[in-house]
Amino acid sequence: MPKRDDINSVLVIGSGPIVIGQAAEFDYSGTQACRVLREEGVRVILVNPNPATIMTDPDFADATYIEPITPEIIESIIIKEKPDAVLPTLGGQTALNAAIALHDAGILEKHGVELIGAKVDAIRKGEDRQLFKDLVIEAGAGVAKSHVAKTLEQAKEFALDLGYPLVVRPSFTMGGLGSGFAYTEEDLVRIVTQGLHDSPTTEVLLEESILGWKEYELELMRDTADNTVVVCSIENVDPVGVHTGDSITVAPALTLTDREYQHLRDIGIDIIRAVGVDTGGCNIQFAIDPADGRVIVIEMNPRVSRSSALASKATGFPIAKIAAKLAIGYRLDEIPNDITRVTPASFEPTLDYVVVKVPRFAFEKFPAADPTLTTTMKSVGEAMAIGRNYATALQKALRSLEKRGSSFHWGEEDRSIEELLEVASVPTDGRIVVVQQALRKGATIEQLFESTKIDPWFLDQIVLINEVAETIASAENLDTELLLLAKDHGFSDAQIGQLRGFGEADAREVRHILGIRPVYKTVDTCAGEFPALTPYHYSSYDQETEVEPSDRRKVVILGSGPNRIGQGVEFDYSCVHASFALSAAGFETIMINCNPETVSTDYDTSDRLYFEPLTLEDVLEVIHAESQSGELVGVVVQLGGQTALGLAKGLEAAGIPILGTTPDAIDLAEERGLFSGILDAAGLLAPKNGTAIDLAGAVHVAEGIGYPVLVRPSYVLGGRGMEIVYDSPSLADYFARIEGQGIVGPTHPLLVDRFLDDAIEIDVDALYDGTDLYIGGVMEHIEEAGIHSGDSSCTLPPVTLGRAEVDRVREATRAIAEGIGVRGLLNVQFAIGAGVLYVLEANPRASRTVPFVSKALGIPLAKAASRIMVGATVAELIDEGMLPANDGSRVPFDAPVAVKEAVLPFSRFRTREGIIVDSVLGPEMRSTGEVMGIDKDFPTAFAKSQLAAYGGMPTSGTVFVSVSDRDKRAIILPVLRLQQLGYDVAATEGTAEVLRRNGIRAQEVLKFSEKTSADAASVVELIHRGEVDVVVNTPSGRSSRADGYEIRAAAVAADIPLFTTIAELSAAVASLDVQRDGFDVTSLQEYALRREANA
Amino acid sequence: MTETPAGTSESAVLVLEDGRRYEGRAYGARGRTLGEAVFATGMTGYQETLTDPSYAGQIVMMTAPHIGNTGMNDEDMESARIWVAGFIVRDPSRVVSNFRSQRSLDDDLAASGVVGISGIDTRALTRHLRSAGAMRSGIFSGDDALLTPGEQLDLVQSGAAMSGANLSGAVSTTEPYQLPAEGERVGSVVVLDLGVKTSTLKYLAERGFDVHVVPQSITAEEVLALAPDALFFSNGPGDPAASDRHVELLRTTLREGLPYFGICFGNQLLGRALGFGTYKLPFGHRGINQPVLDKVTGRVEITAHNHGFAVDAPIDRVSESSEGFGRVEVSHYGLNDNVVEGLNCLDIPAFSVQYHPESAAGPHDANYLFDRFRDMVIANTTTSTATEGSNE
Repeated sequence: MPKRDDINSVLVIGSGPIVIGQAAEFDYSGTQACRVLREEGVRVILVNPNPATIMTDPDFADATYIEPITPEIIESIIIKEKPDAVLPTLGGQTALNAAIALHDAGILEKHGVELIGAKVDAIRKGEDRQLFKDLVIEAGAGVAKSHVAKTLEQAKEFALDLGYPLVVRPSFTMGGLGSGFAYTEEDLVRIVTQGLHDSPTTEVLLEESILGWKEYELELMRDTADNTVVVCSIENVDPVGVHTGDSITVAPALTLTDREYQHLRDIGIDIIRAVGVDTGGCNIQFAIDPADGRVIVIEMNPRVSRSSALASKATGFPIAKIAAKLAIGYRLDEIPNDITRVTPASFEPTLDYVVVKVPRFAFEKFPAADPTLTTTMKSVGEAMAIGRNYATALQKALRSLEKRGSSFHWGEEDRSIEELLEVASVPTDGRIVVVQQALRKGATIEQLFESTKIDPWFLDQIVLINEVAETIASAENLDTELLLLAKDHGFSDAQIGQLRGFGEADAREVRHILGIRPVYKTVDTCAGEFPALTPYHYSSYDQETEVEPSDRRKVVILGSGPNRIGQGVEFDYSCVHASFALSAAGFETIMINCNPETVSTDYDTSDRLYFEPLTLEDVLEVIHAESQSGELVGVVVQLGGQTALGLAKGLEAAGIPILGTTPDAIDLAEERGLFSGILDAAGLLAPKNGTAIDLAGAVHVAEGIGYPVLVRPSYVLGGRGMEIVYDSPSLADYFARIEGQGIVGPTHPLLVDRFLDDAIEIDVDALYDGTDLYIGGVMEHIEEAGIHSGDSSCTLPPVTLGRAEVDRVREATRAIAEGIGVRGLLNVQFAIGAGVLYVLEANPRASRTVPFVSKALGIPLAKAASRIMVGATVAELIDEGMLPANDGSRVPFDAPVAVKEAVLPFSRFRTREGIIVDSVLGPEMRSTGEVMGIDKDFPTAFAKSQLAAYGGMPTSGTVFVSVSDRDKRAIILPVLRLQQLGYDVAATEGTAEVLRRNGIRAQEVLKFSEKTSADAASVVELIHRGEVDVVVNTPSGRSSRADGYEIRAAAVAADIPLFTTIAELSAAVASLDVQRDGFDVTSLQEYALRREANA
Repeated sequence: MTETPAGTSESAVLVLEDGRRYEGRAYGARGRTLGEAVFATGMTGYQETLTDPSYAGQIVMMTAPHIGNTGMNDEDMESARIWVAGFIVRDPSRVVSNFRSQRSLDDDLAASGVVGISGIDTRALTRHLRSAGAMRSGIFSGDDALLTPGEQLDLVQSGAAMSGANLSGAVSTTEPYQLPAEGERVGSVVVLDLGVKTSTLKYLAERGFDVHVVPQSITAEEVLALAPDALFFSNGPGDPAASDRHVELLRTTLREGLPYFGICFGNQLLGRALGFGTYKLPFGHRGINQPVLDKVTGRVEITAHNHGFAVDAPIDRVSESSEGFGRVEVSHYGLNDNVVEGLNCLDIPAFSVQYHPESAAGPHDANYLFDRFRDMVIANTTTSTATEGSNE
């Protein structure tokens, strides 16, 4: 059947903020879907509160609603836009849950809107554990023995039948949230209690343990004619027990015979049929007992998933794009294969290479968290690599992680085989390197299989890598044969250098002298059977290259690598925009990146895509290959975060032109002494500061400028290692904690700044072309200085700054841009304390807030920056109409207000005792994503941001307040207002006393530590019992935070609003009135029209 | 278990008839072998491929880089032995990891005397064969690696070409044998072994047929003397244009009204029997991901292919058999390149497919064709015992 003619407009539901388990991959799939639908002439209406995404760019939909994903808001959009259908299968679990909610509330039926992509019935069958199990058994496949428990008592009973260990899985949660292994009854009580809470249906599934089995995934697609294809098979290197998002995975599956593979395929097809997915894709996970091949179906997702994004990048088969086409009626055989263009999409890709995905974790941000990997996903990003064999793909993937110690090494290893085997038996971040060390020390494959259950085939590949390393190390000469051997097993120049006892540069020089360079192969879906028309390349040290010569002017754009906290989808947004803008300006755009979740690694985004690690070696080789024809104009390094920026110097040293701000200028901003000079020259102030490379130096500096001080290592992003330190013992403690991480040293000194208490922090994004400064936006933080700008909420335009203050900020930004010599983007952070403007830091690169500013004010900062980098001026861009005539420092008073709010991942991280890690915000960034609320004024916009981030404040109930002494004065007004609005107030002794004196009725509650008898309930228990609806708790500055920690952990576990700053609380209270009245919805396109009308 | 990694192993060279040389490492048996170089794109199923008699005379290259990971086992043999003339892989596995594995691929290749080569740029070779077409080739290792390039090329160019080759005799059983029907018996089928696969026989028996496998040298009279309920021609190697005798045999039995089902080579022979020509594809279809449209149901099947030749028939209309067998339609065609993938006779009980419904290796999407065959035989038995009448 061709395209349905009754679907002319579609509401696409996005996935909301980036959270663990639901990340940039849904921007990739959503962007593809929006593009495809518009190409098909369908009017696209989009709702997604995540401003950092490319899909929410006004160019990708006809009506873009950066609004919270709630049934009420979506109904308002439906009433306003009258779509024919709602497409929920490309926005992850969030969109699917929203679709179910819309259906259950009768909203779809009421407005005559059809759900396309997946029917409610299919969604339920796929997601409801018991329904799904029944269906799997009906399909003739195996399932793990299991029971559904609705209470803890039931769970205990079932556990007797299943025995320990057993698996607990809450129904209807995403990313495996709340699942875990129970080895004892104690574990069971803890996991089930939490799981019952997390599950929207208050039920958990208890299951026999299949720990250590082999784990596989299939990605399937099916159309209305029952045509079904398996797009990709994925094998997990880490066996069952580690969430697939946290596993090292490989595509295609490498340890199955055809008979076994076809068995999985048959089961998969039976299941997709039985579930009834008939216009889209699904993902099915299998476990196979390595001893006898018994197959168990673990789960299926009736939607585009994280794995489908990976499968799309791994095969070149664009699952989301095809899913969108199927949803509007096409059949698979009616859709052409993009890459070959002559063959149809109704086929199964075949690979002549190996793809390895490795997860990137952020445990360093949560030092208290238990780093054991479980069935709850904890990784924040991933890197993918393509190689002509597994060894190469694995080594490329590991170096793509850009993390110290993530690659195999042959340096010192003090641990014994026994110790290494013991460490390897627990899955953790970096286990693969432990495995490599154990094998290197002489442990056998059998021993490691016993310890890790990693398939012997994968273990032997590491043995092979170790053997090659040994050959490299012991050979007399580093000759052609040896280098080719090393390179065919994925060794980097750095690794070869290490093995030979010299540096990376020397290894590279030898290699280049011998004329050994990689060739570039093509991802073509068909193993070379048909010519590929899409230049999607990866390197190999084979013989034949497939890079087509071109005589165009080329620009290379360096992406930002795997997502991590502090460097996420926002940077991909900027890279993609640069690619679009430069392509439109006539350049051939060449993207290099290794993050499979992103839009930048979609082969549709740039003229050429190189899926390669972002290391100097890999980037230099791509540039060399592309320099064989045409003209290399230069490399864009300022949009890909610290990853790309970090390569600038090396590229420049190799004679590669860097576009925009020069590496020397970048240094001016990063190097404290040089930057002070710029500030002095401009008459600007920085907080008193100094640098130190060790503890003694740091104490000396801190005592000189006076405590509290803010300490941070240089050259880091996301506030890595950044803390507020109140005294010298704390400083000693800080040094003890960062020791051995290599983040502070003679070349990377520690920056020590006077910490400004109670200052207002301001973030500015600006463009500078050498003559004109163009302000993108001036953002006022809602929290006071001291909380990382990535975790802080902020408002644009600023709501409490006067015109004169904004002008001062503007002039200061210009002076800094001039002083540094910026060409392109600049981000400056200021603080205003006691009326004095301080410059905190300046970064001559795209910041995290670029997409937020662009969406809030309609200024395409990244596009403009990329044009400036290749020579355009601000004046020209204004003439062209790319930039509005008035910059972001001159927002009209009636312009809408946009509020950015951070989303934090605390609920995913628990200590070894099983308690959620502390959720107090600080100078080190820990948020994974953000949302935006936009409306006519600050309270409304703020309320929307809260609604989008965590569901918003309840409009009644009990608010519990316990604040530090310094906050007691500020708490009175907001709490009084809450009481007037009808809230009950509870507080700990000290806070209650203050409140009562101010005429607020506050019920006194025991702190956790004050609890003396079993029957007295502390606040923690009240929270667990659901008797508290909002928690306000601010940590006291310097003392132990233990008591507050228990309270905050309980609030996070109970998933109730938690305020750790008074500023946030005040904003939330101010927005309560508007929240009660309901919200209007306005699309970005409408805001743009209003701006034009006013201009 | 582990050999020293590359660099120290012996060298080998693949030589193509156009003079191209690909240097790699010796793999499997040492020595030299000649055959048609073809590539197969399946990511699983090397064992089934190696033991598929259709690959006789061919030097097969796997496009998937890692081969041998799951070893070899008795269960997955598609015939009693390995048939390929030579084997080309990029990264042979050093260990075997699978619960069913009984021995390593490396050992089986060596024991079967199959000369192979590893460590070459297999993708470059695929792309070359894709544009230049399948061609004669040779692998030289051991002492033969020491021959001069000129001597090696001469040997390759003196080898037999696939066009015009009749290889049925080389792969067929010499003695007839039988498999009993499983479950409810439908009737008997004579299987002309042109290189038949174990899976095909298994599926026929499972559909209730007593299976009589006969040598390819059998005559039409001998077939009819067995009084079967149906005739089946298997897959097999070689050029269908060089199998006149089998074509004549088929025409005779078709005229007798004997129901017929053919796979692969059996499809080409039905095509010829009906009066169509066959031709050599530039580089063939060898893979397990090929989309084929079933024109009857309108559904797309993902199918296993292994063919270098195809039937020349119009895919968009019903034709009249020039040999007097009535109307014929192309029932299936490949969606990648519109090659004929199945024939259906509208006036006599006969059909065939070019691809492999028995898969092995490959998806099971087309397995229903064995049901279709069974249904056709049942319908034919019913109508012919009742009264004369034409078959649908």
